[in-house]
Amino acid sequence: MFERTLDSFRGLGRRVTDRVWRLGSAARFFMLVLLASATSFRRFSLTIREVYFTGVQSLIIILVSGLFVGMVLGLQGYDTLQRYGSSEALGILVALSLVRELGPVVAGLLFASRAGSAITAEIGLMKATEQLVAMEMMAVDPIARVIGPRFWSGVISMPLLAALFSAMGICGGYLVGVQLIGVDEGSFWSQMQASVDFRDDILNGVIKSAVFGAIVSLIAVFEGYDCNGTAEGVSAATTRTVVTSSLAILAADFILTAFMFRGA
Amino acid sequence: MNRTTLDLWVGFFVAIGLLALVFLALKVGNLASASMADTYTLKAKFDNIGGLKVRAPVKSAGVVVGRVVSIGFDSGSYEAVVMLNVDKRFEFPRDTFAKILTSGLLGEQYVGLAVGGDPAFLKAGDTIKKTQSAVVMEDLIGQFLFNKAQETPAGGGK
Repeated sequence: MFERTLDSFRGLGRRVTDRVWRLGSAARFFMLVLLASATSFRRFSLTIREVYFTGVQSLIIILVSGLFVGMVLGLQGYDTLQRYGSSEALGILVALSLVRELGPVVAGLLFASRAGSAITAEIGLMKATEQLVAMEMMAVDPIARVIGPRFWSGVISMPLLAALFSAMGICGGYLVGVQLIGVDEGSFWSQMQASVDFRDDILNGVIKSAVFGAIVSLIAVFEGYDCNGTAEGVSAATTRTVVTSSLAILAADFILTAFMFRGA
Repeated sequence: MNRTTLDLWVGFFVAIGLLALVFLALKVGNLASASMADTYTLKAKFDNIGGLKVRAPVKSAGVVVGRVVSIGFDSGSYEAVVMLNVDKRFEFPRDTFAKILTSGLLGEQYVGLAVGGDPAFLKAGDTIKKTQSAVVMEDLIGQFLFNKAQETPAGGGK
């Protein structure tokens, strides 16, 4: 009886230590990636190759979902705003919600499931087939050669993808609000311009999306590098990447929003 | 996929990404209109600024001519001190009247400049002498009720 209680405490303790240990090794891994990142910029063609796989190949999903999110915002926003007789404020609603929140967050979530999972699976499979070990045998640092370019490609692509998502969303809101429902075009754009500030809203959105890009690609490369080199291990790591990075994006979004828009 | 096609696609991706940012900055944001290159600062003291915020527009005849840069409190006269950045292209007479107005019934508050007839112009750092405070809804309702109460004869209310 006493032994069993002790065992349950032991289990709890082990789980907590494991988590902390993993967090610590992720932080150490992050430092290693940063230290090795000189290579990813010196041999920039490696990074460009990864930008193609993470950024360019995510374009379609980002553009299409941005358009639809903007169109839904236009419909729903108009429905609520016209009750208060201020349907001209539709432009403000669509632009602010996309630029500040939805653009970076939804683009980040899509990026995590589209590109993050691919990165983890690729690196995990490299580990499973012992390609990473082979590289080390040939005195090639796998962190500089494989991990660094993938990490930086995420940091580079994410702000661009988020900006595209917001721009597409605003076009979608314009299509539904102005062309379909018939909100006045002049006041749609002018009210939007009057209340969206370049530094406070747009630049903060870009900063947010760059942070999300760094979070997602760090989690993706870490999970891939750290996984068990088996078919099961790779699939578990891919799942963990999507779950952890989605949660991390939402949590980081709250923290960043609290700092950026507290006074506004 | 060979190297040149890859570079082309990435270049295309970066270009439209930057284009989206420019679109956000110029068409959605206020970068194009807010960059009033040359401004000068005017000061105005108000008894009550209501809900006026920093960066609220300064308008004359309905046209935006500047922005509110800062709002402070003068502990000597117990008044609000509002600093206004006004575009250098526009000059206002010395007896210009600054009012805090509201756009629409529930809209944002802004500083309206009503132009006077003085031949001399306000210079940078000058204080606008004549001001009118924001209308506070509670005061207005209070006044209305007070007037109503005076109209009805004492004891003869229906």
